[in-house]
Amino acid sequence: MASPSVLRTNSLGLQRFGLGFRLGQPPGARGEARELLLAEIERGTVAQPTNLPFAGSAEIGAALYAFEDQEKSEREARRVLAQNAAAPNASVPNAAGQGAQIATAPPGAQVGTAPPGAASSVQNQMPQPSKPPNEPALPYKTYRDEVLARVLLALEPDGGIGERLVQFWSNHFCIGATKSNMTRIMAGAYEREAIRPHVFGRFEDMLVAAESHPAMLDFLDNRLSIGPGSPAGKRRGRGLNENLAREILELHTLGVSGGYGQIDVTNLARIITGWTVVGREGGLGAPGSFAFNAGLHEPGEPPLLGKPYGQPGQEKGLAAFSDLARHPATADFVAIKLVRHFVADEPPPALARDLATVFRRTDGDLKAVSRALLESDVAWEAQPTKIRTPQEFLIAAYRALGRKPDSGQIIGPLGVMGQPFWQPSGPNGYPDTNDAWASAEGIKTRIDVAANWGRQAAGSVPDPRALAEDALGPQISAETRQAIARAESKSQALALLLMSPEFQRR
Amino acid sequence: MSDTDDDCERMTASRRAVLGAAGALFAWSFVPKFAYAAAGSRDPRFLLVVLRGALDGLSAVPPIGDPDYLGLREGIALAKDGPDAALPLDGFFYLHPAMPNLARLYASGQASIVHAAATGYRERSHFDGQDVLESGQGGPGRTESGWLNRLIASLPQGEAVSRHGVLGVGVVPPLVVRGQAPILGWAPPRMARAGPDLMQRLGDLYGERDPGLARALAQAIETEGIAQRRGMAGDTRGGGGPDSIEGMKRIAEGAAGLVGADDGPRIAALAFEGWDTHANEGGAKGRLAQLLGGLDGALATFEQGLKPVWKDTVVMVVTEFGRTAKVNGTVGTDHGTGTVAFLVGGAVKGGRMIADWPGLRPEQLYEKRDLKPTTDIRAVAKGVVSELFGLSGPVLAEKVFPGTGEIAPMQGIVG
Repeated sequence: MASPSVLRTNSLGLQRFGLGFRLGQPPGARGEARELLLAEIERGTVAQPTNLPFAGSAEIGAALYAFEDQEKSEREARRVLAQNAAAPNASVPNAAGQGAQIATAPPGAQVGTAPPGAASSVQNQMPQPSKPPNEPALPYKTYRDEVLARVLLALEPDGGIGERLVQFWSNHFCIGATKSNMTRIMAGAYEREAIRPHVFGRFEDMLVAAESHPAMLDFLDNRLSIGPGSPAGKRRGRGLNENLAREILELHTLGVSGGYGQIDVTNLARIITGWTVVGREGGLGAPGSFAFNAGLHEPGEPPLLGKPYGQPGQEKGLAAFSDLARHPATADFVAIKLVRHFVADEPPPALARDLATVFRRTDGDLKAVSRALLESDVAWEAQPTKIRTPQEFLIAAYRALGRKPDSGQIIGPLGVMGQPFWQPSGPNGYPDTNDAWASAEGIKTRIDVAANWGRQAAGSVPDPRALAEDALGPQISAETRQAIARAESKSQALALLLMSPEFQRR
Repeated sequence: MSDTDDDCERMTASRRAVLGAAGALFAWSFVPKFAYAAAGSRDPRFLLVVLRGALDGLSAVPPIGDPDYLGLREGIALAKDGPDAALPLDGFFYLHPAMPNLARLYASGQASIVHAAATGYRERSHFDGQDVLESGQGGPGRTESGWLNRLIASLPQGEAVSRHGVLGVGVVPPLVVRGQAPILGWAPPRMARAGPDLMQRLGDLYGERDPGLARALAQAIETEGIAQRRGMAGDTRGGGGPDSIEGMKRIAEGAAGLVGADDGPRIAALAFEGWDTHANEGGAKGRLAQLLGGLDGALATFEQGLKPVWKDTVVMVVTEFGRTAKVNGTVGTDHGTGTVAFLVGGAVKGGRMIADWPGLRPEQLYEKRDLKPTTDIRAVAKGVVSELFGLSGPVLAEKVFPGTGEIAPMQGIVG
């Protein structure tokens, strides 16, 4: 039997490295938390969500283009209708005015069944839903299904280090679902295809999978970038877009102080010209899938960090990614971010150094890096200062209450708490410090959400006091126990449990 | 500051005036020596709007009078006549046609525009650029506190400004308001509020167990109280985010409601997003035009919502850096350097372009690609807050914008 202090550490560890208490979890889970999480790492795979309408981005791409074509023809039909109505001798009064409005309505100005938080975004020019009128448009519907499947999957594991690492890497290599129809509809598939398979694999493989995914190529504009000296560049007079190249160096690999300059940004942009998304006509492959288009590729041997890359075609980018993945600055950058996420806003330097060393020694073996994190006593024994992110909070709450949300119950609260799936405000992803999440407005909003969840669960939880003992285990304080016992109602008691410092911090 | 009007008019805020070192040093001597020496009976309001993503200043305020402008901006250039013509400012600079409210405020002397401006940051990372803009530090990586928070902390305790703290709009408060001084938080409500009894019980629990959460909750309750007294509570409309026209309007309404309250914060910061126009930026119409329209609507909302205190208000609109002078390969612009800042409000000595124009020929550009910055945003910010709140030069140079003793507050911006 473990000592009380070991039990407290283990209980906290399930929150820090995993998804936290789950109603009905095996009685021994808390006592063997570290073994449980390490065994999950050794298994080396992360489960995939199920019950999705599309298997992957290839199917999604075809469906998206078909959807957009249909939208276009319906818009055209409406326009013709409006023109006819506006013609002289039309019998309907005011038809001319209405027709003009429809014909000139700017994109993004539609009203109706658009989803909350997405409708009037300038970047997110979500087309008006086609019939039936109350059914959301295909990109949003697909996003919604992917979000639900993703959260339901996270309700299952006893430990959950794999799911936590999916969240971490998905945010590291983030895309933004509000950029376009394509990023919206592919956001879930991106995580399934570029992130999940590599969480316990090699960093380089995840890097290549992320940068070559249609969602990323669309999000950071590389599908539009054209080598000025390429056949297409000479013919069309268009050129480079350095958006993706800059963020690869700054956010995905070396970090902003990793020792690169403007010339490296421009040259990496040259190196990855031609990494694009197949258009609807499907010349280079399945519509909507990744392709290397040699006709867009800038010829030459541009140097990156002083080393020239003269490989043919797509090999050039793969070679650059291979070197970036092995660069010492990448190891340092990733190690610090991991420790900041799991352990403390101010990462203990020795721990970050150790992880960076493992990263370098193993050429970015993420299984070895994750194992080193979980084997560190420093990582286990640090005080629980970090507040759970809204996504962690939502998943932890549903696990503790033993309930299953529908998609609206996920998307609504995550929107108000400021962390909807796959839509950070920029390519640097969601913030990862208490400054951001433990703010005045952030805490107030969490309380509103927790009050809501307490009301929803009040009928299904027999005794909130017993649940608090189960959920918080050896971490529960006398004050929290008393506050829950004295609550005016079951729903208030549950809200107090969910908002208690022991539940919020990890 | 009326005794310095003539000098300032001539030296620092005249049309495309040259801000020479001598002029700046001369202006320095007019800064009040004591905090609050100049504030007098004014009860000022200051709102800082951060445009995240790097606003293209050459599209927002196009220098159509510059012979090199048109050639750099193929596909997105604005014209001074014809349909969708840019709005005239001074015959050299024009305003994007999506901003009629700003044009009106400028014409009536309630707005000035700073051009070819930047912070001291010369790299091109959004996130470092925003950190520098908001932390007020000389470089990135020092993000413990923001300059508006240190501004409040530098004011005498008990004054209305410091007593009411700084408002950070958004679920995640912007860095510029973070720090030791009290922060109030507010975001457009989108969900039914929890009852006061639950808030009270959690306040008690946090008081016993978690000082950090206790402080955050106390500040949230305070702001909620102001919002209720202003009739803003219970409004749970949906609506877009801070990169949408509707979202910008709602954020502006809320900020104006709180800052306009007698017992509300005097200083606020908010952020609008989506300005990173790498591709298909658009000209008179299109993506950037929609965003600028949203900003323009927000400015009109401020004017309306702050009507009783508008004469004492300055709204300052800034962004982390500008964008490339030349359009890129995808009819957009990549990360650049110099850009614009807007100063709007009844307290602004308006109707003026403040710019030492560097020109747009290749050798006049910064690193042959970006509009060269000739005015330091920090000089503008220091000028505004020194005149608005009566802060002395040394306090500004040591506490608010550390290490900026060489950068004199620009004079004569606030009337």
